[in-house]
Amino acid sequence: MLNVLYFASFREVLGQAEEQLAAEYQTVNELLEALAQRGETWQQALRDNQNLQIAVNHDVAQRETTIKAGDEIAFFPPVTGG
Amino acid sequence: MAQYPFIQVQAEDFDLSTEVAKLREGHKDIGAVVSFVGTVRDINEGDEVSILELEHYPGMTEKALENIRLEAHKRWHLESSKIIHRIGKMYPCEQIVLVAVSSRHRENAFHAAHFIMDYLKTNAPFWKKETLPDGSERWVDARISDKEAEKRWAE
Repeated sequence: MLNVLYFASFREVLGQAEEQLAAEYQTVNELLEALAQRGETWQQALRDNQNLQIAVNHDVAQRETTIKAGDEIAFFPPVTGG
Repeated sequence: MAQYPFIQVQAEDFDLSTEVAKLREGHKDIGAVVSFVGTVRDINEGDEVSILELEHYPGMTEKALENIRLEAHKRWHLESSKIIHRIGKMYPCEQIVLVAVSSRHRENAFHAAHFIMDYLKTNAPFWKKETLPDGSERWVDARISDKEAEKRWAE
């Protein structure tokens, strides 16, 4: 399984903070394509969003980053701390 | 004695003097301590702000902050450093972040504190949400100027 997390405005727009998905994707990009099938909200917030930030197992990742069962993949907007 | 925590992510406020004293403890060769305290403003983009709420990514936040701290230690000769970032609800004038760095020489300490703060702004997973006086809420957008500030440290 993959543990997928959504933070900040993504959590609100997508209506969830976390979900488990079958580990049937090789890359973050494949996962994003699958999530985009859920509809326009998902496409806009994630797949088509040029400002999308990605982390895999707590490390900054890219769309090309490979993923495997047991990974934690997080999606979030640009950070604004400090 | 518990190990001194170099990174703290917490809802509670902090005391600058206490933190700097702890940072200096056991270090007799310190010539400089530079500390930065970020505070909550009551205005943003021309609007009055009543409440600022900070969300973060538990686990990744600590890792990101520690990486930034270690990078500062790689770049400058530092004796010690400390980062505290608050989460949850805060009000104008409250303290939100502390970066404190000690070194033998002030130049290193100034640079390192500046670097840590600039990197934290763009690399640590914290998100700000503002509540305006009418009760409406909005997420704070990342600033291009923060990204530009980070770039100045590129080698």
